[in-house]
Amino acid sequence: MSSEKIVTLRVNGDEVKLIAPAHRTLLEALRHVGYVEVKCGCEKGDCGACAVLLDDMAVDSCLTLAWQAEGREVTTIKGIGTPADPDPLQEAFIETGGAQCGYCTPGMIIAARELLNENPNPTLDDIKKGLSGNLCRCTGYTRIFEAVSLAAQEMQKVGETA
Amino acid sequence: MLPAFELSQPKTLPEALKVLAAGRGLPLAGGTVLFPDLRGGKEKGREFIDLSGIDELRYITHEAKRITVGARTTIAEILRDPAMAGAAPALHKAVDNFAGTMVRNAATVGGNLCCGSPSADTVPALLTLDAEVELTRASGSRTVPLDGYYLDYKKTVKKPDELLTSVFWAPAEPGSAHLFFKLARRKGDAVTVTGVSVMIAKTDGKCSTARIALSSVAPTVFRAHSAEEMLKGQKLTPDLIERAAQAATDQSSPIDDNRSSANYRRLTTQALVCRLLSQAWHQAS
Repeated sequence: MSSEKIVTLRVNGDEVKLIAPAHRTLLEALRHVGYVEVKCGCEKGDCGACAVLLDDMAVDSCLTLAWQAEGREVTTIKGIGTPADPDPLQEAFIETGGAQCGYCTPGMIIAARELLNENPNPTLDDIKKGLSGNLCRCTGYTRIFEAVSLAAQEMQKVGETA
Repeated sequence: MLPAFELSQPKTLPEALKVLAAGRGLPLAGGTVLFPDLRGGKEKGREFIDLSGIDELRYITHEAKRITVGARTTIAEILRDPAMAGAAPALHKAVDNFAGTMVRNAATVGGNLCCGSPSADTVPALLTLDAEVELTRASGSRTVPLDGYYLDYKKTVKKPDELLTSVFWAPAEPGSAHLFFKLARRKGDAVTVTGVSVMIAKTDGKCSTARIALSSVAPTVFRAHSAEEMLKGQKLTPDLIERAAQAATDQSSPIDDNRSSANYRRLTTQALVCRLLSQAWHQAS
């Protein structure tokens, strides 16, 4: 049962080859080759800790099979920005204290990234809806919403001066 | 970890139907129900057919008399369709209240219709649009009204060698009112406690068409036909609305579960049908 296959995809711009059986999730496959910044939470699509961008669309990698990522572009939190070159969202999460234990943060920022790509000027309700698939058990969300709002404002400022 | 399974990844519909006809797997759409069911041991199948590569099932067409949505279209794609809020307001509201961002990006309308869940959020709105589904097998296809598609809890008229390929309906008539309300613990990422969709059309100051569909209060989502009949040809008064809501509630058979008691579901069904009928009556012209 369950034959294996080599899956070729791009992760944060790099070509990656994974050997995976059909039932291997993208989450397990990514973590197995070292992308441990993708977090495993509920494994049923409730918590969003495992979110990655798949061709610019946020998906739960626990509900995506490795085989389904063949030929596609995956972006993890490390592809969004690095300590040397952070994304405005990452800076804003630090600025507002939007992270406590930090476990949900990669997924939060991935979902927020998709939201800001589509809607650069979101209302608080837009932000709440954009993050409705992400659970945080520490912060109570207020500072997370503030972070996304701050990042949107900062990006608009940069857009105006550019 | 998921249990080990075999997966075929057809690129075209005929290819998928061939695999289905050979009995070599169950359809896998967005996976947002199937994967948790596999992990939880509720799904026993160990051979699946991945529909994610079949682009011909991923479309929305708006024609004068018919709107068609391919089964592989995601909830997010329906939400983003610029014409959907006008063409199917209750459905638009339902997909807007559907789970969270990542699940909306993965879950498909075909999957939501086929999982047969009593809390499936697109079903009440599609029922009040009098939608039909297209079921396709290798030898041809048939269309079935969605009202009648569900037989019992997670049981539908679809045969094992058939694939649900599209859902279609006539666009909302100008002046008709289409409402949906999802009662749940939270506004997002929550399973429906009581779901109500209502459609009212008016002619000469009287109700010409009334459709009421209820979710999460019976083994299947269902149309409250007896309540609808009471409204046809009538001016909707608070008293009539109250009695129709009672008839709809009488048709429900809710259960106690971890989201709500059966009694709360009965009370909220009555209250929400009243509220939505009265709103729809005032909105319709």
